[in-house]
Amino acid sequence: MNNLELKKTANQIRKGIVSAVHSAKAGHPGGSLSAADIFTYLYFEKMNIDPENPRMEDRDRFVLSKGHTAPGLYAALAYRGFFPVEDLLSLRRLGSYLQGHPCMNHIPGVDMSSGSLGQGISAAAGMALAAKMDHKAYKVYTLLGDGELQEGQVWEAAMFAGHHRLDHLVVIVDNNGLQIDGNIENVCSPYPIDKKFEAFQFHVVHADAHDFDSLRAAFKEAENTEGMPTAVIAHSVKGKGISFMEGDAGWHGKAPDDGQYEAAMAELENIDKILLKEESGWEKIQ
Amino acid sequence: MGENTVKKIATRESYGNALAQLGAENKDIVVLDADLASATKTEIFKKKFPDRHIDCGIAESNMIGVAAGLAAAGKIPFASSFAMFAAGRAFEQIRNSVGYPHLNVKIGATHGGITVGEDGATHQCNEDIALMRTIPQMVVMCPSDDIEAKAAVKAAAEYEGPVYLRFGRGPCPVINDRLDYKFEMGKGSLIREGSDVTIIATGICVANALEAAEELKKDDIGAEVINICTIKPLDKDMILSSARKTGKVVTVEEHSVIGGLGSGVEDVLGEAYPVPVKKIGMQDVFGESGSAQALLEKYMLDGKGIYEQVKEFLKISE
Repeated sequence: MNNLELKKTANQIRKGIVSAVHSAKAGHPGGSLSAADIFTYLYFEKMNIDPENPRMEDRDRFVLSKGHTAPGLYAALAYRGFFPVEDLLSLRRLGSYLQGHPCMNHIPGVDMSSGSLGQGISAAAGMALAAKMDHKAYKVYTLLGDGELQEGQVWEAAMFAGHHRLDHLVVIVDNNGLQIDGNIENVCSPYPIDKKFEAFQFHVVHADAHDFDSLRAAFKEAENTEGMPTAVIAHSVKGKGISFMEGDAGWHGKAPDDGQYEAAMAELENIDKILLKEESGWEKIQ
Repeated sequence: MGENTVKKIATRESYGNALAQLGAENKDIVVLDADLASATKTEIFKKKFPDRHIDCGIAESNMIGVAAGLAAAGKIPFASSFAMFAAGRAFEQIRNSVGYPHLNVKIGATHGGITVGEDGATHQCNEDIALMRTIPQMVVMCPSDDIEAKAAVKAAAEYEGPVYLRFGRGPCPVINDRLDYKFEMGKGSLIREGSDVTIIATGICVANALEAAEELKKDDIGAEVINICTIKPLDKDMILSSARKTGKVVTVEEHSVIGGLGSGVEDVLGEAYPVPVKKIGMQDVFGESGSAQALLEKYMLDGKGIYEQVKEFLKISE
């Protein structure tokens, strides 16, 4: 996919996030939006997956260790064709398969149930170990929040992955700098994140979480890394794409009201228009 | 029972041996440990299949998560540690990463109960059965001897879904070496008939319950003894039919009386056939250091202690 297509897709996914969380009147828009471009890049360019066959044996796996940003994952899966986009509006409703946190048994495309922080990375390490034992080529991607790094289990898993040289494993840290109680540096700083992962025998790459060239280069580097797992520190903005949500910890786990929803969707419609202009300009050049 | 004539084997030893045998039959079986391979006896498997034995180091929470990931990728992982650190420390990982997605993970927990002995209270897990019973659709098994332990491990490997297996540290008598012995997950085993009182026991306490029944016989009390290996799902039919016959039930376990086998039996009887129930086990206390035998005696879980408590119960419930 070219960058313009990726940008258009990411904007759709952001609309899906905002609509789903608004419809649910609850959920986590901030971290879903900060990771929207990462979801887009992985699900629309990088990963070897098949929406027609979600359990394909040799598929790449994705584990959302920061499971509360399920709206972002669900929107990516829906737009990728794993289930109908309109189902996003059933998020968190009684009877809906779109549970508040990812549930692998009921949601096509979800490779691991998650939600309790710190646990997804261990499961991803287990999958990567299975790939190594079976001499399979698939990669296992797992997305962590930067606040999640405060969980001790993350470092148990990091020690394990480094020790076992799990080069099938790519850990992505959505480094948006904010958690529920405020700035991660003030709450209980996980910094320096890169040096910590290096100390656990990871290859570490920094990336701009909102720049597809940067993400492409980082994941290419991860793919080419042998003999050790890779950690991609993705520098992001919490609430990215919605001006009044950006950089505000208050939008970690809060749904927009009707007025805020209209305003957010208008901003995203506007981005669509800008991208459309970019597209017609692009066509002229071609 | 002649102490010297009965063969004794620790069920953790049976666990290691069963894994090594099953590992040869099924290449998907992998074994995880947390720096306790020589104690949990997974080293027996490790010697035969070093490539399928993963030592996770002293990090039980991660071990359970790794097991979940391996199961999601098609393996049949047996994750092993002491009951305290498997069911206790990693409870939430077992609940959320194994139980909720119903992944095919087997938790092989050794050193259950007070017969851990000298290590004392920090290592004597009397709460694991209670914790594991509360997780929806979790199978919980606690075998009574070598024969049953091997059968339980095999059944766990063949079953698709999460299973918690509890094994003991110390050697315990082989009691199921009968020609007609047949193991079925979810089924109890009626090992002695009687009409005055039902004793329902699990794990190493089954042999002690049999000893107590032998003593009770001398007092003309006919004790029916039921061996419950699968604590969840519980064999309701067998429990109810025996309770209907005797009208009095005693449960025996090397575990807290809160939430364990006794609570499970009470749940069944309370709803379908209320009769007096006496729960023998750890009475809301922590254990302590001592030899396994001394502890069983102190907490009245040996044959004599069970006998005395049953007698007392029969007096009260007359």
